[in-house]
Amino acid sequence: MTRRHETAQRPKQVHLAAHFPGVNNTTVWSDPASGSHIDFSSFASLARTAERGLFDFFFLAEGLRLREHKGRIHDLDVVGRPESLTVLTALAAVTERLGLAGTVNATFNEPFELARRFAALDHLSAGRAAWNVVTTSDAFTGENFRRGGYLDRADRYTRAAEFLATARELWDSWTPDGRPRPFAHRGRHFSVEGEFTAPRSPQGHPVVIQAGDSPEGREFAASAADVIFTRHGTLEAGREFYADVKGRLAKYGRSADDLKIMPGVTFVLGDTAAEAQEKATEIRRDQVSPQNAILALEQVWGVDLSAYDPDGPLPDIDPDPDSELVQGRVKITDPFAVAAKWRALSEAKGLSIRQTVIETTARQSFIGTPDRVAADLTEFVRTDAADGFILVPHLTPGGLDDFVDRVVPLLQERGAYRTAYEGTTLRSHLGLREPVWKG
Amino acid sequence: MPSLHLAVAIDRADTHQAAPYLESALLAEHGSLDFVTLGDSFARPGPDALAVAARIAPDTARIGLVPTVTTTHTEPFHVQAAVATLDWVSHGRAGWALDVSATEAEARLFGRRRAAPREELWREAGDVADAAARLWDSWEDDAEIRDVASGRFVDRDKLHYADFAGRTFSVRGPSIVPRPPQGHPVRVVDATAPQARETAARHADVALVRAASAERAAAARAELRGLAARFGRDPRTLLVFAALDIDLGDGEHAAEPGHGGGPLPTAGGPAYRGGPVDLAELIADWHRAGAVDGFHLTPAEPRRDLERLVNGTVALLQHRGLFRTFYPGSTLREHLGLARPANRYAALTGESA
Repeated sequence: MTRRHETAQRPKQVHLAAHFPGVNNTTVWSDPASGSHIDFSSFASLARTAERGLFDFFFLAEGLRLREHKGRIHDLDVVGRPESLTVLTALAAVTERLGLAGTVNATFNEPFELARRFAALDHLSAGRAAWNVVTTSDAFTGENFRRGGYLDRADRYTRAAEFLATARELWDSWTPDGRPRPFAHRGRHFSVEGEFTAPRSPQGHPVVIQAGDSPEGREFAASAADVIFTRHGTLEAGREFYADVKGRLAKYGRSADDLKIMPGVTFVLGDTAAEAQEKATEIRRDQVSPQNAILALEQVWGVDLSAYDPDGPLPDIDPDPDSELVQGRVKITDPFAVAAKWRALSEAKGLSIRQTVIETTARQSFIGTPDRVAADLTEFVRTDAADGFILVPHLTPGGLDDFVDRVVPLLQERGAYRTAYEGTTLRSHLGLREPVWKG
Repeated sequence: MPSLHLAVAIDRADTHQAAPYLESALLAEHGSLDFVTLGDSFARPGPDALAVAARIAPDTARIGLVPTVTTTHTEPFHVQAAVATLDWVSHGRAGWALDVSATEAEARLFGRRRAAPREELWREAGDVADAAARLWDSWEDDAEIRDVASGRFVDRDKLHYADFAGRTFSVRGPSIVPRPPQGHPVRVVDATAPQARETAARHADVALVRAASAERAAAARAELRGLAARFGRDPRTLLVFAALDIDLGDGEHAAEPGHGGGPLPTAGGPAYRGGPVDLAELIADWHRAGAVDGFHLTPAEPRRDLERLVNGTVALLQHRGLFRTFYPGSTLREHLGLARPANRYAALTGESA
């Protein structure tokens, strides 16, 4: 594949985005520096830091039902969050250039209303809106919605693809000179017609982000997304994914530059390599409390393990593959294989339950001095393992301060990162073209 | 005499930028008005009202922000979460004007169901208001505990399933958004249409009525408050505002001889046409007569009339001591003199928690 060059002279640039850390065990809520996950000031503060660091966008995940464990609300991680689009629209008032990306489900929404809300975000932010399209087929989540849980798993992507296509028809329904024209869409999932309420927005269409590593997810992203949010944390896995996804673009008439690949990554900085490692170990211990260790084990085994000592050995009983113990999380497809792997690791290294969970579940992608981290990030991008990164700090709202103060200047010194925003819209930050108007 | 309340519509014809809305909201805030409203409909060009309210929230400090959000064709769970979030981002200044989408044209934009009669839609709106209030209560205020010793971020005994089952939808809950600063954001219902009256009496904090005289306004207010009492509410928790279109383009005083500064009946309801001074007279008279708790005014010419309203009418009312000159509180409920609602689920468990 030909390497991407933004200009003839300039090497491939790193793109950066910030994830507001929320409902997961990446977030260390027990840290005294951990602030509110609800107050607007936390969002404003983290977003301003991201903008100070010249990031492309600020990313919010979505929750539609509180997770449950053993039929009760999960209480060990951060629970609860404000609604994404409303927070992002408010953030448009306190930032000027930062892209504003919201995760919104295509299963429990309707194209007309959502296309309208994203058009509003794009207008009110002067061209900084992005939509991370996700789906769910989960009847558990469906209990909060009119539609319920009827949707077949197989229909997830077909509905999402038609949803997005319909939204694009709506965004294209006004002429570029501002006249509304009637639209009509008749399809398998949607049959809608009328007149859209908003003129074409500053970016033409909000940037579309898609997350998902499955073959269907990759294909959907290659056909329709501007950014793909992945999990591939190692250089090899990243390159393989990158080549695979970019290789799928041509058949949709798209070029490699039309889709940006941005893994979600964590980082830990220290003045020395040893100090960074020590800090990383500490964070992982904080992320996996004794209670969280048992819970992680129960998610694999599917049985009640509350009688086990988190500092003791792994249970020698078999997992229950038909378990309904866990709700609102992705189910592990082969719990026997995972359990066997964990047991082998625990025996080989003499690890307790908690230590095993720390070893197997804590994701830390870039650990080291600011110089090391800047070098690693640059290498990932220059060797086509990624186009950039969505950084997931473990603290709210101060978790990006160190990165922006210490790593960003080093990326700039390397010529790998912008020293000022060059445009005003998110599309311009990402180097994406405005979509052609299909009138 | 009870406090006088004033609210104003800051709608613009087809503007999708934030600046004009912000300018109006700041002017209204300068006049210490209770709240501004932003109308909405899926059937006409214009921006999403809740989005506009969220966009101007950080740039305003005290004024209440009340967008219209329809309860037809929308998801009750999403709507309550968005309104609760508006309350979070505005630090307790959110309201929600409930409305229904009754036309076939709106139904076709969604393609999910046919248009339905207004009676049915307002009944559903009542269900949505009820479900939303339950979801807002589904988190007790002190549910987040961050107890490091037990590893628990929340006390799950303080989170509750709403388990709402209505005629057209059901919601399990709890909400994803913790209970908003006001407990319940302020709910506004235009009770002019008879089909909306019961929903207003059951669920609204502020009901709007259109009346051409103080007597008619007083009668409408008495009827609504009587209904509220029949539904088991303390009628004093339902404020009734007269909704009035205003055209202040005619100098200082009313230019329409013969109607004594009162509103004229028009196809769209009573409209006041005249000067800011006479409008202040009308407001003072109606308020002195105890006809209404406040006024919701819709300027004919957004920029000109709002400016005349704030610098003329409101200034005069303030000068006469009939209207506040500053905000003594910070939330919309405080402006309106409405208490923060108790949490229905916390009340059930009492001190046992």
